[in-house]
Amino acid sequence: MGMTMTQKILAKHAGLDIVVAGQLIEASLDVVMANDITGPMALPIFDEMSKDVFDKDKVVLVPDHFTPNKDIKSATNSKALREFSKCQCLSNYFEIGQMGIEHALLPEKGIVVAGDAVIGADSHTCTYGALGAFSTGVGTTDIARGMADGKAWFRVPTAIRFNLINQPNAYVSGKDIILHIIGRIGVDGALYKSMEFVGDGISSLTMDDRFTMANMAIEAGAKNGIFIVDEQTRAYLTAHATREYIEYSADEDAEYEQDITIDLAAIEPTIAFPHLPGNAKTISEVEAMDDIVIDQVVIGSCTNGRIVDMRKAAAVLKGHKVASHVRVMVIPATQKIFVECIKEGLAEIFVESGCTFNTPSCGPCMGGHMGVLAAGEKCVSTTNRNFVGRMGHVDSLIYLASPQVAAASAIKGCIANPMKVGNN
Amino acid sequence: MKYGKVFKYNDNVDTDVIIPARYLNSFDAKELATHAMVDIDPTFASKVQLGDIIVAGKNFGCGSSREHAPLCLKTAGTACVIAESFARIFYRNAINIGFPILECKEAADDIEANDEVGVDYATGIIYNKTKNKQYISQPFPEFLQHMIEVDGLVNYINNKKG
Repeated sequence: MGMTMTQKILAKHAGLDIVVAGQLIEASLDVVMANDITGPMALPIFDEMSKDVFDKDKVVLVPDHFTPNKDIKSATNSKALREFSKCQCLSNYFEIGQMGIEHALLPEKGIVVAGDAVIGADSHTCTYGALGAFSTGVGTTDIARGMADGKAWFRVPTAIRFNLINQPNAYVSGKDIILHIIGRIGVDGALYKSMEFVGDGISSLTMDDRFTMANMAIEAGAKNGIFIVDEQTRAYLTAHATREYIEYSADEDAEYEQDITIDLAAIEPTIAFPHLPGNAKTISEVEAMDDIVIDQVVIGSCTNGRIVDMRKAAAVLKGHKVASHVRVMVIPATQKIFVECIKEGLAEIFVESGCTFNTPSCGPCMGGHMGVLAAGEKCVSTTNRNFVGRMGHVDSLIYLASPQVAAASAIKGCIANPMKVGNN
Repeated sequence: MKYGKVFKYNDNVDTDVIIPARYLNSFDAKELATHAMVDIDPTFASKVQLGDIIVAGKNFGCGSSREHAPLCLKTAGTACVIAESFARIFYRNAINIGFPILECKEAADDIEANDEVGVDYATGIIYNKTKNKQYISQPFPEFLQHMIEVDGLVNYINNKKG
């Protein structure tokens, strides 16, 4: 019997010709990544197993969550990570100033390439599936072990195949598509499974759209999300990769637990209501409700802080002012994107319209800093989770949306349709 | 058989309510334990006794990869979590730190808050003393059972080396 794309990558990294769903394997890893929350906690565990990291080029540390450090405790943790990186001579430690949000930074730096097997001590590590890699989030002990010997245990997953057909309209992005999908299958709809994205519709999605979609595979409970490698992927890898890459594709007779066809042309701008990413509502449904007046908008994160996201948000905001009762944080995900925003005039559009324009950080996404919510406040956010208390007070409400919906909502002061904002 | 009192929760208990990110500037297990479940059950940390058991619905531990979540529950004294299903990162984190978790829909549906429940980890049988009933959980694969027995991944790896 044939293997899925994920199974083929896992088989190769386990040194096996074939693997089957449910099999427990030990795989060799190409990249082992941690951040300033999971990394410092891993260090004492690492010490119990090893003196040296298995490969100073493959262990990647990115202090991005509570940085620039928000308090003394987080500064102490970052310091431990910094000292460890120096002591181990890691080639991929990124201090603020070179730093970006990990899941935007690693592809941009060419650290992850197609065909890799990657673990990261962050649940959104599944992002790199957009490049045709197997990548998944793990916890601290797994990452400490990976740092020590470059290996991890996995249960080989089954898969759901998503056949994407047709093209989305100009106001529908990867975010709307993935919120639509999670709305359809539920927040545990892909539990323990791979989400494999195939089909002609993929050619109409930018790499940034694909990163957004793979990023949120975890919000459907998936082990990983993965896209076929096409011309756009190859062009991206040619521009960024620091290593040779390997293209994998599923066998023709690969077994999928479920096949789901997604007609991209039929998807509307989609918003996930509190308190689950699966509470999806179309913009038409929202427009039929009473106005949902908001207090804050966040445009950024590992989900939607890339340059295409910035361009789309700026195109909506251009010539408009943010509603007077709304605070707007724009947070480009990496230093490179930050500079591109300046060069392309996007930063000016954000600031002129009344947004803040911030240094790369996970910031408010997990209620860390740079925009924590008070009781009763409502926020439209391009981030990935709208759980109770995720962005601050347990009585605050988060609505997940695309950069275009977020920008339109910032202007109108309530959840708004970007198609109806109009150009000034 | 040791019995513990049950704390019962619904589906999709996420890691942000088990241990909110505002406390993640520390990874001190005892400190984290004082905030366990605070955003879903503010009295949990003060009420939980050594050996008590959490029972929940589907997808327990969904969300982030923070190992602080199973760690704070274990350190607070919780003996195990019984749920209809677990989010995969929480599942492996729990095993990696030697914190028992059991998948059992029947138990998750039937057990109620404050029931007295005990678990035979060798057989996976869950006993409900209050209702005088028993439920059979999904057994772990041998490899994972062994990892739980040696109290987690670090010992497992070190034993393998030695």
